[in-house]
Amino acid sequence: MRAWLLDPAPASRRQARCGRWFRAWLGFSSNGLAMTGLAIVVALVLIAVCAPLIAGSRAATLQSLGDRLQPASRAHWFGTDELGRDIFARTVFGARITLTIVALVGAIVVPVGLVIGLPAGYFGGAVDAVLMRLTDIFLAFPRLVLALAFAAALGPGIDNAVVAIALTTWPPYARLARAETLTHRHAEFVQAAVLQGASRTSILFRQILPLCLPSVLIRLTLDMAGIIITAAGLGFLGLGAQPPAPEWGAMVASGRQVLLNQWWVATIPGIAIFVTSVGFNLLGDGLRDVADARG
Amino acid sequence: MVLTFLGLTVVTFFIGRVIPIDPALAIVGSKASNETYERVRAEIGLDLPLPVQYWRYLAKVLHGDFGTSVITSQPVLTDMLSVFPATLELALLALLIGAVGGVPLGVVAATHRGRWPDHLTRLLSLFGYSMPVFWLGLVGLLLFYAKLGWVEGPGRIDVGYEDMVPTVTGLLTVDALLDGDYDVFRNALSHLVLPASILGYLSLAYVARMTRGFMLGQLRQEYVLAAKAKGLSQWRVVWVHALGNVWVQLITVIALTFGSLLEGAVLTETVFSWPGLGLYMKNSLFNADLNAVLGGTVMVGVAYILLNLISDLLYPLVDPRARERT
Repeated sequence: MRAWLLDPAPASRRQARCGRWFRAWLGFSSNGLAMTGLAIVVALVLIAVCAPLIAGSRAATLQSLGDRLQPASRAHWFGTDELGRDIFARTVFGARITLTIVALVGAIVVPVGLVIGLPAGYFGGAVDAVLMRLTDIFLAFPRLVLALAFAAALGPGIDNAVVAIALTTWPPYARLARAETLTHRHAEFVQAAVLQGASRTSILFRQILPLCLPSVLIRLTLDMAGIIITAAGLGFLGLGAQPPAPEWGAMVASGRQVLLNQWWVATIPGIAIFVTSVGFNLLGDGLRDVADARG
Repeated sequence: MVLTFLGLTVVTFFIGRVIPIDPALAIVGSKASNETYERVRAEIGLDLPLPVQYWRYLAKVLHGDFGTSVITSQPVLTDMLSVFPATLELALLALLIGAVGGVPLGVVAATHRGRWPDHLTRLLSLFGYSMPVFWLGLVGLLLFYAKLGWVEGPGRIDVGYEDMVPTVTGLLTVDALLDGDYDVFRNALSHLVLPASILGYLSLAYVARMTRGFMLGQLRQEYVLAAKAKGLSQWRVVWVHALGNVWVQLITVIALTFGSLLEGAVLTETVFSWPGLGLYMKNSLFNADLNAVLGGTVMVGVAYILLNLISDLLYPLVDPRARERT
């Protein structure tokens, strides 16, 4: 299997493609930090998917005022918060909210960045000038403050937090897509497609877009940590997920009132945010190293 | 630049329009008659067409008129100018920590690539940019204020020391020094040091990482080899020749850091009850004080634009090549 994958003279396209992926994987997996990042992210996804199994009988929103502000114990591994809710269960279910936010932001900014960046790079001229000017305007905006103003205008809530973060995150993707398109637009395979009579849209989306995707996705992984921290910040200010949803930032905010006596209420969700963003940062760095080595 | 400013005001203007809270209703209250409501609406120009409203808004903003804060009943600009020095004091000290610590750290990491100073720097940076600032602030308060008692707690100064020194610069520590009042200075500094160190650490993480990257790029260049071959000391090659060539990029990084410190103020100032622009915006936000929120947004945005401009203007000063081109 290994020999087949690493065969310097692949017999088929499929073998060549698998071999390329395998070599990239070898490079990636020899990087301990990157693997740690991958492990954290995979664990996070598993926790989010299996949240009800992991939390067991503990519920994220069940209030039990008799048990409020309990320290860690066998029944409540991470203690309980000011309404007697189990912090372990809330942290576990909070992974779902966090992942939902990053996934939604990614699902908005990547297409928007591509739709703005590809034509700008390919057509150049006036199209480029207008689109890039627009991008520059958004690029120069203070991200958190603008997200704050948006969240304030649209009302607090996860959806609006996602829109607000996405609105201030897309410009670098447009620039990246434009830069990649510029390097490819006169490539021979593009000229070949033009000679075959392919339409401009088809060239943009079938020839050039797949080449932009890797760098855009790596950039997204690197941005994930920032998105998570911004989302948690909005949650901390009360502009993200609304109570009783177990959002990590909002949990830190609620623990702030009892910080001096019951430190765990604010500290534990913060550790969750920190570990998650470390995971995404390590993974992103590792992916970038692999891509740089190849490119 | 002008375009960016126009874009910023268009956005804040439209945010002002889509906000579900009716400003006219907020002024008159829900018990007011329909007549009063309509009058107030016309007074603040909500019945005019959008472009006219935007034009009026822009004209006002250019004159520094952001309207009146509904909560303090003062012009928003007056409010902002009175709280801004607090934010500036915090951000400046944090930036100082970040730049003075981050640049050498990044340089050392680059010259010792793959060895322990490099690993240490990368770890410090990784933790820095993975850390939610509001959480680090809370943990810092818990540890250094509540448990160890090394620093003063939230706020800018103890109540007993308030208004003890005349306001000259608005930066409390500087004012206290100018006045020669060392008790006030000590108290103010003790309040300042924790939030500034925490923000400083986060800036340091970013500055060190970028410096390391830039320096690695320079150390690969041939002129470094040539300088070494000429017999220049390693110290001179690294700190004078190579570092001299990355200052331009570093200025941009430091300007960006300063910008992020200003906007991050919303979170840190909330944690430390620091009476600056961030806390002002946050409080306005929860009291539906739209003028104040949008005024703050424009102010931070303008600060961003100015920082970019300043870093552009600084390039020729540090880089002779940029001087020749212009």
